[in-house]
Amino acid sequence: MAIKKLLVANRGEIAVRIIRAARDLGIETVQAHSDADENSLAVKLADSAVNIGPAQAPKSYLNIEAIVAAATASGCDAVHPGYGFLAESSHFADAVEAAGLVFVGPRGDTIRMMGDKVAARTAAMNAGVPTVPGSDGRIDDVAAAEKLAADIGYPVMIKAAAGGGGRGIRIAHDAKEFEHFFKLAQAEASSAFGDGGLYVEKVIESARHIEVQVLGDGTDVVHCFERECSLQRRRQKVWEEAPSAALTEEVRHDLCTSAVALAKSVNYRGAGTLEYLYDDRTGDFYFIEMNTRIQVEHPVTEWITGIDLVAEMIRVAGGESLRLKQSGIVSRGHAIEVRINAEDPANDFMPFPGVVGELTVPGGPGVRFDTMLYSGYAIPPFYDSLLGKLIVWGDTREHAIDRLMGALGELDVAGVKTTIPLYTALAKDGDVRANAVHTRWLEKWLESNADKL
Amino acid sequence: MSTEILSPLPGTFYRKPAPDQPAYKEAGDAVAKGDVIGLVEVMKTFYEVKADADGEIEAFLVENEDAVQAGQPLAKLKG
Repeated sequence: MAIKKLLVANRGEIAVRIIRAARDLGIETVQAHSDADENSLAVKLADSAVNIGPAQAPKSYLNIEAIVAAATASGCDAVHPGYGFLAESSHFADAVEAAGLVFVGPRGDTIRMMGDKVAARTAAMNAGVPTVPGSDGRIDDVAAAEKLAADIGYPVMIKAAAGGGGRGIRIAHDAKEFEHFFKLAQAEASSAFGDGGLYVEKVIESARHIEVQVLGDGTDVVHCFERECSLQRRRQKVWEEAPSAALTEEVRHDLCTSAVALAKSVNYRGAGTLEYLYDDRTGDFYFIEMNTRIQVEHPVTEWITGIDLVAEMIRVAGGESLRLKQSGIVSRGHAIEVRINAEDPANDFMPFPGVVGELTVPGGPGVRFDTMLYSGYAIPPFYDSLLGKLIVWGDTREHAIDRLMGALGELDVAGVKTTIPLYTALAKDGDVRANAVHTRWLEKWLESNADKL
Repeated sequence: MSTEILSPLPGTFYRKPAPDQPAYKEAGDAVAKGDVIGLVEVMKTFYEVKADADGEIEAFLVENEDAVQAGQPLAKLKG
């Protein structure tokens, strides 16, 4: 059943992005919004809008009942969850389907399985996808865990099975530390997550973060190549690229093929991303987790492949088979995205909500700016600090970085501190130009380059 | 003399360090300068709100989880 009217159950730049994709497909949109987002760009651009509650996210954008009721009352036949908020809530997917509506994403069962780190790892191993050496699932016995840690080699990571977003992780460098941390982690995990389950993993030092975009229709799965997101601060990506300049053609082929195998093995439906760690020195890659939603950094993939990922996920949700064949998906040139956040890089990235004065947006060939900003917009303090994403494309990576410099020079958000100075400094940096980076590189760089921001 | 403790930032005010923990301070509690009386969440980052003088909390002027503006009085302090 093709979707006719779509509830956008998210906010910010991704809500705007979803509205545009729906408009291209001739689908009517209803923007769900909190009290704080009444004047948002998404509300202005959507065909209609519906209030789902107070500013605080638990009372609005995380309120499953309010969102499903709004979708039903406004006559929608589908719900797009965007990213963050309820996008990876299996309960939400189930509730949307139970109300007779289409959830633009995978089935609740798929979200549940891939959201459980141990189950996702088991699915990967069953599909023949390399995973980080570690315990085959949960491990409860200290002595057995310690023997395993010695076998895979220190340093090792102790992770809570129910943790996420970097929470509940400890790193042990030797057997003595291991025993101490393991007991501590067990107690912490049961009090923080109500589940003391742990697993143990080898620490891959100086790894790159590389991820593969996939699209599935429940039967067939294609990949749209990889992205590299090694530049991170506090485990949050800040700068993303496609393709990864670190991979050989052979590794790229093996990596993307493995992602398709895993997604196919779970009959994946919708847009999804398989995240990997990549070790430059050995050429080995290891699956870490799958995100069962559209991602912030999807535009870099859209640019090198020419595919509208958001539109494709809506088509598939509406019951269409994948229109894309793997042989028809080709990568051209190099794209880079930087996240423009309302944070002051000169003041330890302190959040900076406020009113936008004059907004000057860059343009020209190879430049795209996805944002929810407009001149006079009051940025609410209740949600994350992402204001927009500057995406550039060039024939080569060098060309893309040069264009990024030019576009950053044009972009101005008056009245608000943003992370623009961080990217201007990074675009000039020798290591960034040479792509000699890993996931811990940016934090070290920030320690010695604060004066450049 | 009574003074007010103001919110340093706009955001959401919390009186507790975590939902399942007791409030930092109750009305009637004595506070010393620098004591944490609550948290303000701004763009998913938490900032501690501290008393800027010694005294006794006379009353809280906003509820737990209320939206607050920068500079808005959060509590009344009896000096």
